[in-house]
Amino acid sequence: MTVTVTTYETATEAAHAIAAGTSTHFLGGGTLIMRALNEGDPSVRSIVMTGDIAMKQIRPAGAGMEIGAAVTMADILGSHDLGFLHSAARAVGGPAIRNMATLGGNLFARSPYGDLATALLALDGVVVLASGGGMREMPLSEFLAGRDGVAKGVVVSVRVSRPATLEAFRFHKVSRVRPKRIAVLTLAAHLPMNSGRITGARIAYGAMAPTPIRVPAVEQALEGASLDEQGIARALAVACEGCAPANDAIASEWYRREVTPVHLKRLLLGQAA
Amino acid sequence: MSKKPLQFTLNGANKAVFVEDGQNLLDVLRREVGDFAPKYGCGQGTCGSCTVLIDGKPHLSCLTLAERSEGASIETASGLADGPDLHPLQDAFMEHFAAQCGYCTSGMLMAAKALLDHTPTPTREEVVEAIAGNVCRCTGYEPIINAILDAAARGRRFSA
Ligand SMILES: Cc1cc2nc3c(=O)[nH]c(=O)nc-3n(C[C@H](O)[C@H](O)[C@H](O)COP(=O)(O)OP(=O)(O)OC[C@H]3O[C@@H](n4cnc5c(N)ncnc54)[C@H](O)[C@@H]3O)c2cc1C
Ligand code: FES
Ligand code: FES
Repeated sequence: MTVTVTTYETATEAAHAIAAGTSTHFLGGGTLIMRALNEGDPSVRSIVMTGDIAMKQIRPAGAGMEIGAAVTMADILGSHDLGFLHSAARAVGGPAIRNMATLGGNLFARSPYGDLATALLALDGVVVLASGGGMREMPLSEFLAGRDGVAKGVVVSVRVSRPATLEAFRFHKVSRVRPKRIAVLTLAAHLPMNSGRITGARIAYGAMAPTPIRVPAVEQALEGASLDEQGIARALAVACEGCAPANDAIASEWYRREVTPVHLKRLLLGQAA
Repeated sequence: MSKKPLQFTLNGANKAVFVEDGQNLLDVLRREVGDFAPKYGCGQGTCGSCTVLIDGKPHLSCLTLAERSEGASIETASGLADGPDLHPLQDAFMEHFAAQCGYCTSGMLMAAKALLDHTPTPTREEVVEAIAGNVCRCTGYEPIINAILDAAARGRRFSA
């Protein structure tokens, strides 16, 4: 089957081509889309790409950071400013995958993939999207919820808030095989503290639903709580609210639900994963 | 089917070929250039037997769109030996019995070379992490890890 590959100057032009085409996909690092191509997947007929420099940039944006969608896991690991995302970037694949896999592609990776996207969710990620109708922005949570519907465009970048302190941001990937690991589940938490109490907690899980999700029930239960066994008890009781984990080769739905409170507790109390 | 011109260096030598839309780099190296060191194992990114270095960094050639390699410097296991002189990693792999069927070996060597080029004295954990994307069905990994550590311990230079 023939496939066509076209390179555009800008993300906007690439987005127009995607909107106008059928079975047309944007090429990030290719770790997922090239798999489909090698398999002869008939839904990949046309590939578009761009060298748009805006998609490669890592720069401060207000109080946070803006990270281009073409930035790879290795680029993140090489950025001092993105130190708070190093644990999440390091959790993706092996060294070769990290040299190729992009932030943009991670937002589209099917569960149980999407480790970096889980971390970005807990940092109030906002997606900057070029679509046929121009540029728009939307919260990452909204983007992920409607992912398959809104995918007719090119993600240019994601803006995230910088954690209040390094200690305030936590990321755990739970897996059975080390060091190359596919997630049983992934947890990310941003826990700003005020006078010893949590204020404005953000909790995100990967592999606990078809896309990475925020967990509002846990966030609400942590509001005003202290970070000790007693303080987090209510949050642990609702650890799986709103979750719809899959039964897959890595873990059963039952197993994922059983271990989620255990790992949430370790994350919140700062214990090893 | 449209064909596009592509130029790159392979183990220091200039190469110019025509590639098809959608063709991956592994296919181009094996079919168009005739370098059979990188192996096709899965075509899915899971085995690492197609690992090559692009501008010094390990990449999976089966998942690399060939036309993206324009102007790149590509290294494969074919470029490791200098005439009859094996690369220190190749010597160590032989001495430690780190290759049995050999299917994973060229990918393992390139993953190891990428590590030692930047981290000449790695820890055991760093070696394990460096080959985490490379599957070996024969050796049980221990001989490979020991070979890489031994090559490093000999303190030689690792640029091919
Ligand atoms: C061996 C292996 C191990 C892996 N391990 C992990 C892991 O541990 N954790 C994990 O999270 N993932 C893992 N992955 C999955 C994948 O590598 C990552 O999720 C990666 O971040 C995907 O990015 P990419 O740039 O390679 O995506 P691509 O393959 O380029 O694209 C994937 C999808 O996203 C779309 N897309 C990409 N960029 C954009 C954009 N800017 N705008 C619009 N659409 C876009 C593409 O059209 C395509 O549909 C693994 C994959 C392999 C092969
Ligand atoms: S052939 Fe490329 S990873 Fe298996
Ligand atoms: S030696 Fe046979 S797969 Fe590694």
